[in-house]
Amino acid sequence: MSFPLLTATAALPALGAVATAAVPAARRTAAKWLALFVSLATLALGIVVLVRFDPGGDRYQLTESHAWIADFGVRYELGVDGIAVALIALTALLIPFIILAGWHDADPLETGNKRWRPTQGFFALILAVEAMVIISFEATDVFLFYIFFEAMLIPMYFLIGGFGDSAHEHGDEAAATQRSYAAVKFLLYNLVGGLIMLAAVIGLYVVAGNFSLAEIAQARANGSLHMATNTERWLFLGFFFAFAVKAPLWPLHTWLPNAMGEATAPVAVLITAVVDKVGTFAMLRFCLQLFPEASKWATPVILVLALISIIYGALLAVGQRDIKRLVAYASISHFGFIVLGIFAMTSQGQSGATLYMVNHGISTAALMLVAGFLISRRGSRLIADYGGVQKVAPVLAGTFLIGSLATLSLPGLAPFVSEFLVLVGTFTRYPAIGIIATFGIVLAALYTLVLYQRTMTGPVKPEVAAMPDLRPRELLVVAPLIVLLIFLGVYPKPVTDIVNPAVKQTMSDVHKKDPKPSVEAAK
Amino acid sequence: MNPVNYLYLSALLFTIGATGVLIRRNAIVVFMCIELMLNACNLAFVTFSRMHGNLDGQVIAFFTMVVAAAEVVVGLAIIVSLFRSRHSASVDDASLMKL
Amino acid sequence: MENLIALLVAAPLLGAVVLLCGGRRLDAVGHWIGTALSSASFVIGVVLFTDLLGKNAEHRTLMQHLWTWVPVEGFQADVTFRLDQLSMTFVLLITGVGSLIHLYSVGYMEHDERRRRFFGYLNLFLAAMLILVLADNYLLLYVGWEGVGLASYLLIGFWQHKPSAATAAKKAFLVNRVGDMGLSIAIMLMFTTFGTFAFGPVLSHVGDASEGKLTGIALMLLLAACGKSAQVPLQSWLGDAMEGPTPVSALIHAATMVTAGVYLIVRSGAIFNAAPDAQLVVTVVGAVTLLFGAIVGCAKDDIKKALAGSTMSQIGYMVLAAGLGPIGYVFAIMHLVTHGFFKAGLFLGAGSVMHGMNDEVDMRKYGGLRKYMPVTFITFGLGYLAIIGFPGLSGFFSKDKIIEAAFAKGGTEGWILGGAALLGAAITAFYMTRVMLMTFFGEKRWQPDENGHEPHPHESPRTMTIPMIVLAFGSVFAGGIFGIGDRFLHWLEPITGHEEGNSPVSALTVTLATMVVLVVGVGIAWAQYGRRPVPAVAPRGSLLTRAARRDLLQDDFNHVVLVRGGEHLTRSLVYVDHTLVDGVVNGTAASMGGLSGRLRKLQNGYARSYAVSMFGGAAILVAATLLMRAV
Repeated sequence: MSFPLLTATAALPALGAVATAAVPAARRTAAKWLALFVSLATLALGIVVLVRFDPGGDRYQLTESHAWIADFGVRYELGVDGIAVALIALTALLIPFIILAGWHDADPLETGNKRWRPTQGFFALILAVEAMVIISFEATDVFLFYIFFEAMLIPMYFLIGGFGDSAHEHGDEAAATQRSYAAVKFLLYNLVGGLIMLAAVIGLYVVAGNFSLAEIAQARANGSLHMATNTERWLFLGFFFAFAVKAPLWPLHTWLPNAMGEATAPVAVLITAVVDKVGTFAMLRFCLQLFPEASKWATPVILVLALISIIYGALLAVGQRDIKRLVAYASISHFGFIVLGIFAMTSQGQSGATLYMVNHGISTAALMLVAGFLISRRGSRLIADYGGVQKVAPVLAGTFLIGSLATLSLPGLAPFVSEFLVLVGTFTRYPAIGIIATFGIVLAALYTLVLYQRTMTGPVKPEVAAMPDLRPRELLVVAPLIVLLIFLGVYPKPVTDIVNPAVKQTMSDVHKKDPKPSVEAAK
Repeated sequence: MNPVNYLYLSALLFTIGATGVLIRRNAIVVFMCIELMLNACNLAFVTFSRMHGNLDGQVIAFFTMVVAAAEVVVGLAIIVSLFRSRHSASVDDASLMKL
Repeated sequence: MENLIALLVAAPLLGAVVLLCGGRRLDAVGHWIGTALSSASFVIGVVLFTDLLGKNAEHRTLMQHLWTWVPVEGFQADVTFRLDQLSMTFVLLITGVGSLIHLYSVGYMEHDERRRRFFGYLNLFLAAMLILVLADNYLLLYVGWEGVGLASYLLIGFWQHKPSAATAAKKAFLVNRVGDMGLSIAIMLMFTTFGTFAFGPVLSHVGDASEGKLTGIALMLLLAACGKSAQVPLQSWLGDAMEGPTPVSALIHAATMVTAGVYLIVRSGAIFNAAPDAQLVVTVVGAVTLLFGAIVGCAKDDIKKALAGSTMSQIGYMVLAAGLGPIGYVFAIMHLVTHGFFKAGLFLGAGSVMHGMNDEVDMRKYGGLRKYMPVTFITFGLGYLAIIGFPGLSGFFSKDKIIEAAFAKGGTEGWILGGAALLGAAITAFYMTRVMLMTFFGEKRWQPDENGHEPHPHESPRTMTIPMIVLAFGSVFAGGIFGIGDRFLHWLEPITGHEEGNSPVSALTVTLATMVVLVVGVGIAWAQYGRRPVPAVAPRGSLLTRAARRDLLQDDFNHVVLVRGGEHLTRSLVYVDHTLVDGVVNGTAASMGGLSGRLRKLQNGYARSYAVSMFGGAAILVAATLLMRAV
């Protein structure tokens, strides 16, 4: 038996979380370094997965399979396709930056209490989330996936509710109430989604007799497993609802602005760049593969919801007064694009959507982390409290601008490629929807540039006059992300090469072919 | 004698016990009424055992007795400690089990 | 030779990266690095140009494939550069004028502490603009297209501490984004129609596509062109863009970037040729804008805004020519190049005047400056003569050809378009004479400012005057070099194609008519601003004048309809999101809470009431069991 690489990739951060949590209260710095080291080691393993993965090979690679709960046909089955590999790499890549950005976010205010260990807890929870997200990407057993899909809510709940902006820590009761409201809202929304999915998981077992994704998909493909049309539709809806809450899709989105607004910036990145990706990933992997006919049946409604998300999220972003909530609504708009790409059912749309997940992760991380650095300096999330930062902190403003430009999908930066692919992929099948979605790019320019204008330009406000520029640690967080944004913008081939074969498979799962151009001009 | 009459007696005893549990406030009396209900059940078990001609009912009656004895030990201890702290054996005085 | 093409782009791109990431260490030499790299790009351009000249006309297209950009099933975008006569023309214009303006900025931005960054942005602009004109497919063109938009955003807002500059920058980007939307939809339409968006395959298969689709593509391309080239209805950003430093206005908002729309239309000529309806729209947009810009130019007292109106109007001429099809493509580009010389020269002159006048832009506070700034006066004057189409100078050759081509369109359309172009020429003569008279002639009208500093007009340093002199040479001779013997026509014809229209009026008549309107325009301006002293405070003016001062009320319209409407929309949506979407969920949670509060009352703590419910429950169960058995 070969080395269980996928298990190791998920187990390493899990063990790291336990170890970090066990560091004594006084050795706070050691806990930080330990967490950073573990996340870097996980990144190394993620890169090994990336290298070992052969884009031209089998659909699922590096597979592991062990009996687990034999009575119910639950198996411990892992395997990755191109889409999963890309997202695992993204997760492993972002966590070290999140840890580094949150280096001082969980420092205890009173050091007198010898048994209080928020720092250890903070970093342990981040690593725990990483482990669960990675195993969700790897699981090819529906039940195994479900367990970790739900379990990651627990550490996320504590991360949102337990650690707010340092600005609000100083005994502000109202802020604490807001935060616990946000955490509970996050938990309830996702639990309801998860509960409905559980019903569908059980229903799937009743119909199919096991939980193995590959087996069920194959049985469905060769006709040995027949599902009644209505059964398939209900099961699809059960799965889709959970993923739509997580993604989040309009009108199930309202937990995200609260959660991202109240959480610290690194945790907000963790939510939107990492955890939410499980939702859109699962749409591609589970909804389309297990229920191809029902997916096609639901496509019109889902496309309209995605379209509403794009426009609605962007319009609400324009109307926000709070920097972090603005980014949250921008993310809702972007998730609309991802869902649009997935359900347009074209190669360009789905490759674009997968690429979009990766690029959105990086671009939101860049923008949100810089916003977090900005907020920690001034102690306010309100846009109106800023002005003229460009003059006092040019590097901070410059990186913020690049993050904003990535958010509005400027060509040359990574998100452009994916957004354009999604638009093209949608347009070839549904021209009207494609055109309306294109309005999203104008609105994106509006909300990012208004944000930049109000915070960074104009006369210097007295409160920001003494603001220090980015520190080396902060620059270390932002610079690699920016380099990556530019690199993937001009040369996205490494990602598309990995993703394309998986997309081709998914397209054949749903029996869809790309529309042909009316004139054969391409050679 | 027709064994059904024993069942009537059992039902009568159970009803008396149940009524006592519901209307009396003194914990000792409530307790005794519970014992009365248990013993009414025992009587019914033994009667059924006789009627069906097997020993199952008698076995279960022994179980009931064991449970009743254990219950007396715990129950009386609770009543005594309750009386010590409140100087009353009324069950309505001990209404702490609410929000 | 092909391998040199990438270097054209790489040199300024390197400059941008070095200057923007280099930090304070480069403050002392940054501007020279930027100038050197842009000049290097120009030198490479000249080398490539001589190489192209040495080849036969049909072998003058060089391609350089760099790498595969976006490879997705059925969708292939490459980073490939194409250098042909059309892009060569632009390369020389961009790098040539660009290098001169770099040199000029060395002096102009001397006292700005962020000069290094300014040069970084200028180099970024050059790189993006070169990508735009060298791209071999529409998606790569899009990269350059938005890249120049970004550079323009950064440079308009260069003095970010001024809220007006930051707002103008944002406005420019947003209006351009509306145009960009058109470009993306055009690319998507191309993809669904042709399965590709590379120039070669698309333009050579135009004949196979339906006219409806081609008209759609063409109109979307026109929308893109309107955004970038400030054509009606997306012209409102150009006037505000004058908030940027003057070299920026000269390079980006006069000579190069704003002409990208014309490039796009001419480059996509095959598509437009096959979509006559779209062509008609193009000519209408061009004609309307050339009058619109000219009228706005007449009313502005801000020298840069007057020139901006003029730019709009001149690009209107180019768009009009491009809309005429093969009759006009060559002349559109020719006017574009000559305009690049004289308008850049005029802006640099304006910058020189502002430099000497403590950054005063109001022409009513100038007057009589010819004595103080002789070099600026002469170079500006040559640019002025060129733009009004004084015989023998650049504008004469290029504009005259466009007016001729407009008449040659034939029919009623031809008369209307030609008439509009002639009328535009008259107004051009009027407002440019007005600028000239108000700035350089008459009595001095400047006053000490509130701090008591009186401006001391003086000639600008050598780094600024040399570019102005070079551009003045271009303004004088470029038209002749291009026009005489149809040299420019023969150079571009293989790419754009050319047809002679059958004009109802002879070329000589058109030229004479142009001369007449020229004299009329200059004469009226002389009567109004030359004979009488110019009032230092603007008179109230007629209704049209007041409307023109406000950009013919387009900003007011935008403000009321788009800005106010948008604000109301977003505000009400925020409210809806909070009360309705969130309210449904919170309401569910609250009603659950209320229900459980009621249920909690059953938990009263009395053991006997629990016993009652137990007995009651047991009784119901027994009853139910008996009932079931009985049934």
